[in-house]
Amino acid sequence: MILRIDNLVKHYGPVRAVDGLSLEIGEGEVLGLVGESGSGKSTVGKCVLRLTEPTAGTIELGGRDITHLSRRAMRPLRRDVHMVFQDPFSSLNPRFTIERIVAEPLLRHKVTDRREVAGRVAAMLEKVGLRQEMRKRFPHELSGGQRQRVGLARALILEPKLVVADEPVSALDVSVQASVLNLITDLQRDMGFSCLFITHDLSVVEFLADRIAVMYLGKIVESGPTAEIFAGPRHPYTQALLSAAPVADPARQRERRRIVLGGDVPSPMDPPSGCRFHTRCPLAYDECRTSEPLLNDPRGSGHPAACHLVTADRVPDAAK
Amino acid sequence: MPMAGLVLVVAFVLLALLGPLVTGDPAAQDYLATLAPPSGAHPMGTDDLGRDAFARIAHGAQVSLQAGVLSTLLAMVVGIPIGLVAGFYRRWLDPIVMRLVDVTLAFPFLVFAVGLAAIIGPSLKGVVLALGFSQLPAIIRITRGEVLAVREMDYVAAAIADGAGDGHIIFRYVLPNCASPLIVQATVAIPAAIIGEATLSFLGLGVQPPTPSWGVMLTTAQQYLSDAPWLAIWPGLMIALATLGFNLLGDGLRDVLDPRSHR
Repeated sequence: MILRIDNLVKHYGPVRAVDGLSLEIGEGEVLGLVGESGSGKSTVGKCVLRLTEPTAGTIELGGRDITHLSRRAMRPLRRDVHMVFQDPFSSLNPRFTIERIVAEPLLRHKVTDRREVAGRVAAMLEKVGLRQEMRKRFPHELSGGQRQRVGLARALILEPKLVVADEPVSALDVSVQASVLNLITDLQRDMGFSCLFITHDLSVVEFLADRIAVMYLGKIVESGPTAEIFAGPRHPYTQALLSAAPVADPARQRERRRIVLGGDVPSPMDPPSGCRFHTRCPLAYDECRTSEPLLNDPRGSGHPAACHLVTADRVPDAAK
Repeated sequence: MPMAGLVLVVAFVLLALLGPLVTGDPAAQDYLATLAPPSGAHPMGTDDLGRDAFARIAHGAQVSLQAGVLSTLLAMVVGIPIGLVAGFYRRWLDPIVMRLVDVTLAFPFLVFAVGLAAIIGPSLKGVVLALGFSQLPAIIRITRGEVLAVREMDYVAAAIADGAGDGHIIFRYVLPNCASPLIVQATVAIPAAIIGEATLSFLGLGVQPPTPSWGVMLTTAQQYLSDAPWLAIWPGLMIALATLGFNLLGDGLRDVLDPRSHR
């Protein structure tokens, strides 16, 4: 296991951003962490990089518990994990050239031989599809897509074992999204890093992720292999998310039944009792309001869901 | 325009450095020409004691520029590190620093200057200390505010992920991205300090006669405003031009230091 998160909790004051979340990512595996805004998915990413202090739980990186490592003790481990940020405009230091930005991880890890640094930066820029003349430019001279490629180059130059990608394409134009997504896919296959890919858009991870975990209000409600999630979502929330994504076939799209969720995501300061989804779930019944369903996998198929209605021989259907 | 600012500031520095060599003694009196209008012998006229106004302007430039630049430099050297540390580390330090800043802000500047003059005697040193101290709260506040904004930027998080230490982050990421408003503040503070020096000298708390300063000159000129208006015009013009020059230079400096502003 490259990454193992066990019962992670992160509270910002009264806000329960992450409230008991466990997940694992194997070597070379891409896990898509999907959820609405406010579900706590970005907080998970920040905790993994120790950019924020977890309130409770454990985080293991490559088998080593990093939950409470000091900044100093954490530093050498940062070779193995880096991050791609959502906002391509605030994630690059405006005072550094592109070359310097991409070289920074090398320099911080004591790779200082000028020729080696220059060579590795040039090779990395080529890998992410940036022309060499970009090296001397400043971030403001680049487009959003180009900046995100720089962010990728920075994250990958030390050849980390794990990359946390926090909504890396959601700030980009749709036309650019596809090319950056393809680039991430290619780089992942080529370099073989594991990836925690955080997104609010299921369709983004459909062709990239090996597994998907769906988050709702700080908890995972369902996880499983990507194909299975798309073919047979078990949790009513996942079913609703999938029904919201259009299908590129007008005939089929017309026939599909959309599950429209009423209301907003409840406040993470005061999550609902029982099942957190019961306030919006079309199938909720009495038990959902009082007892909290745990992730269970009655068929042992590696596809657990946190819903009382999921049993060995029955899966709920929120569309009915 | 920034070039005009640079030209003006350089002109003032040259006036302060070279002017006194050309003009001779600013205290030399010409009893035959008191309150004389500008002429060949006295290009800016003379004051009530028959002293050459140009010589006094040139010597006064030294005092004014020193008071302006040194006090601002002092405030920056002390204030920026305090603001950086308070804003970056927060914790227990930040509230303490900010309350001290509030106290400083609430303290009347003139009372402080009087106290300081009483302790070390009225002098240029006292003026620089008093003006520097009075600028300190603004510098700390601006620095801290900028740091608070910059430290939340993703590129700082990225620097942590890169494996950077605090020192590296503060000096290569935070400080450079806080620089623009500080430069602007400096270019506003320098002319303000030049005026502040004039104020203190006017009150007798600053530079002592017969040492000339633009403020001292203005004080004298006030009494002869209708008979010898040039006595007020020259130092007034100098203060105005120095202010303009530093402001324009500051604009230019900010643009040069900010890679976003040039193509």
